[in-house]
Amino acid sequence: MMHDTVTTPPVLSLRGIEKRFPGVIALSGVDLDLHPGEVTALVGENGAGKSTLVKVLTGIYRPEAGQIEMEGHKKAFASAHDAEAVGIAAIHQETVLFEELTVAENIFIGHAPRTRWGLIDHRAMRARAADVLARIGAKIDPAARVGDLGIASRHLVAIARALSTEARVVVLDEPTAALSAHEIEEVYALVERLKAQGKAILFISHKFDEVFRIADRWTVFRDGALVGAGRIADVTEDDLVRLMVGREVGQIFPDRVSNPGDVVVEVEGYSHPTEFADISFDLRAGEILGVYGLVGAGRSEVMQALFGVTAPSAGTLRIGGSAVDIRSPADAIAAGLVYVPEDRGRQGAILGLPIVDNVALPSLGALSRKGFVRMAEEFALARDYTHRLELRAAALDQDIGQLSGGNQQKVVIAKWLATKPRVIILDEPTKGIDIGSKAAVHDFMAELAAEGLAVIMVSSEIPEVLGMSDRVLVMRGGRIASALTRAETTPERLVRDAAGYAP
Amino acid sequence: MTDTASPASRQVPDRLRSRLGRAIRSWEVLLIAVAVAVFTFNALASPYFLNAWNLSDATFNFTEKAMIAFAMALLIIAGEIDLSVASIIALASTAMGAAAQVGAGTPELVAIGLGVGLLCGAFNGALVTGLGLPSIVVTIGTLSLFRGISYMVLGDRSFGGYPTSFAWFGQGYVWWVITVEMVIFALCALTFWVLLHRTSFGRQVYAIGNNPTGALFSGIRVRRVKFTLFLLTGLMSGLAAVCLTSRLGSTRPSIAQGWELEVVTMVVLGGVNILGGSGTIPGVVLAAIIMGMVTFGLGLLNVPGIVMSIFVGLLLIAVIALPRLVTLVRARWA
Repeated sequence: MMHDTVTTPPVLSLRGIEKRFPGVIALSGVDLDLHPGEVTALVGENGAGKSTLVKVLTGIYRPEAGQIEMEGHKKAFASAHDAEAVGIAAIHQETVLFEELTVAENIFIGHAPRTRWGLIDHRAMRARAADVLARIGAKIDPAARVGDLGIASRHLVAIARALSTEARVVVLDEPTAALSAHEIEEVYALVERLKAQGKAILFISHKFDEVFRIADRWTVFRDGALVGAGRIADVTEDDLVRLMVGREVGQIFPDRVSNPGDVVVEVEGYSHPTEFADISFDLRAGEILGVYGLVGAGRSEVMQALFGVTAPSAGTLRIGGSAVDIRSPADAIAAGLVYVPEDRGRQGAILGLPIVDNVALPSLGALSRKGFVRMAEEFALARDYTHRLELRAAALDQDIGQLSGGNQQKVVIAKWLATKPRVIILDEPTKGIDIGSKAAVHDFMAELAAEGLAVIMVSSEIPEVLGMSDRVLVMRGGRIASALTRAETTPERLVRDAAGYAP
Repeated sequence: MTDTASPASRQVPDRLRSRLGRAIRSWEVLLIAVAVAVFTFNALASPYFLNAWNLSDATFNFTEKAMIAFAMALLIIAGEIDLSVASIIALASTAMGAAAQVGAGTPELVAIGLGVGLLCGAFNGALVTGLGLPSIVVTIGTLSLFRGISYMVLGDRSFGGYPTSFAWFGQGYVWWVITVEMVIFALCALTFWVLLHRTSFGRQVYAIGNNPTGALFSGIRVRRVKFTLFLLTGLMSGLAAVCLTSRLGSTRPSIAQGWELEVVTMVVLGGVNILGGSGTIPGVVLAAIIMGMVTFGLGLLNVPGIVMSIFVGLLLIAVIALPRLVTLVRARWA
């Protein structure tokens, strides 16, 4: 839709990049040019293919089709090392650093300067680290231990590490997601400095304000394809929102008639010293409440506080009209509130234990008499709930770790339903699971609501929020940005409220 | 009834293999084979081995250690460890000895032995679960601390003069060659088998060992369970102290020196994953018997103690390495 008039030739060009995973086309026919001394913003919803593209660029994934050209020369990356060698550096969302090592050691890990004897030349390393840090304007002591630094400083160290290899293309994957306002300014200043040094920068972000502030060009991804690109000067925020959301395709959600009953959950003024503040909402039996927001908006933190994993600093929770004091997940379960976490492998399932044990775990009290487990009932319970969720498995005594992600999620949901809760919180319930399992989970959520359960669904997927919710809370920066009825909920509204952009 | 095999009516079976099928593939079967081999070897090597009274004496090599090993197995399955158990014996025995000097009777002595064990377990448990310290460090510390107190109290002296009736625990016979300690061992084995394999507490122990975060998110009071396990380990150490003190009839501060490693060896040989999450009580029972028989058999052959510990070490490595070797060889042949 836009055209470039005067510009330098691109340093990096992608042509027709395609990347497939079993059952999914993650990227199809992607073209992208990055120019020296310019910032190209890459925007798109979760699952649009941004992270996949970063992994292709950095040699972690090999594309099935397409070309990567660096200054007109075709390149194929067999490993992350190859990408680094031609001058592409990426700073990932979650920076992985070695906490026990110094800043200088982290920056030069893997390519430290050596002395004549083959030992690490610490003096040269510290001097070069100081040089790299000065180039990005970071006031960090190269001899400091990384474990003693704050998040923003660690980010800067990660950036310094990426630049220590003399990169010409720098990929920043949501670098400001976890930072405070002041720290974000430091990152912007750094981007300006990199630009001035003639680096080509790919800046991935969800936030419109920063895209318009620092980018020169824009690119929008949707469903694994590039749907538009051009100069920032020629585009409006409305244009970007429209392109990001597009029309919704392919997913069918269960038809359901909402029939809300009595108020079951009343949350009043829930606050946490650092993660969230002043969260209030209520929820009726038979209702599905969607909670939308960007990564880092504090949605999971609120839900885990309700479930008793973390302690809120203020606020009250009433379930069924009576105030409850929840200090641990055990208390929450006793009060009839359960939580299906987003991190299935670490928090949701006990990998290494059989399916039947996983399902029975929170219900052990009900399944045992005087502390002795009645194993026949344990199996009966597991059989009952996994059957309702259409679990695919070889046997109930099979290790849950051997199941696919979708089937693991069914077991985790089954284990919570077996406790017969009044309120169920599902945190990204269909993240990373196949389409078939997704539909099963959606159908089941509708069924639960119809049976009178109060359901809270945290989701970053707009179609899912639109397709399943009776009402939607949008969170931004640890607060509720807006509370929408079903009629008010539109893709544009969700994106705007979550990003903090008022038309 | 015919199988319609439509996806909606598909029922997931309870078990992949029959009970027998699973049993044959288990670690315990391997241990039984080892036990039979050791028994046969001993019987052929020494004419004194196949004698009821000698075999009865041999059980003292493992009964007291095994009592602790049962509790230790649960603790290790839950992902923690207690290396202070032998020092708890020393401290409990010293306390009993001191009480005996001022005329305490057998019931009081037993109560003191078990009570000191419980207190030591509570101390370890409070440091680990209350302050969140790593158990290996905490119990290395209390290993020195508890025995250090014994040395402080006793120096190079020893306590003796226990009441005659106190000898029943370590020297008494229930019937023919069946010792009191064998009965206590069997009762402990049964109790811990039930606790680990048949109660909801046992399920929680496995869940914690496999994934402490997931266990917490499943509503398990992780710290409470772990504290209970430290208490149990302390209590069983106290019980072992009662039996050992009764058997020896005197207390020196070096009592049960080095037992913590033998107990851990027993647990690991029994098939408990040292990283937590899996293991069984029958495995530990078999491992205890094997270790007892190896020690006894080597004793009959007049092998010195140092060489014995070499054998126990080799046995442990061999049994642990065997399944791994089998898979490697299979992979090579396939």
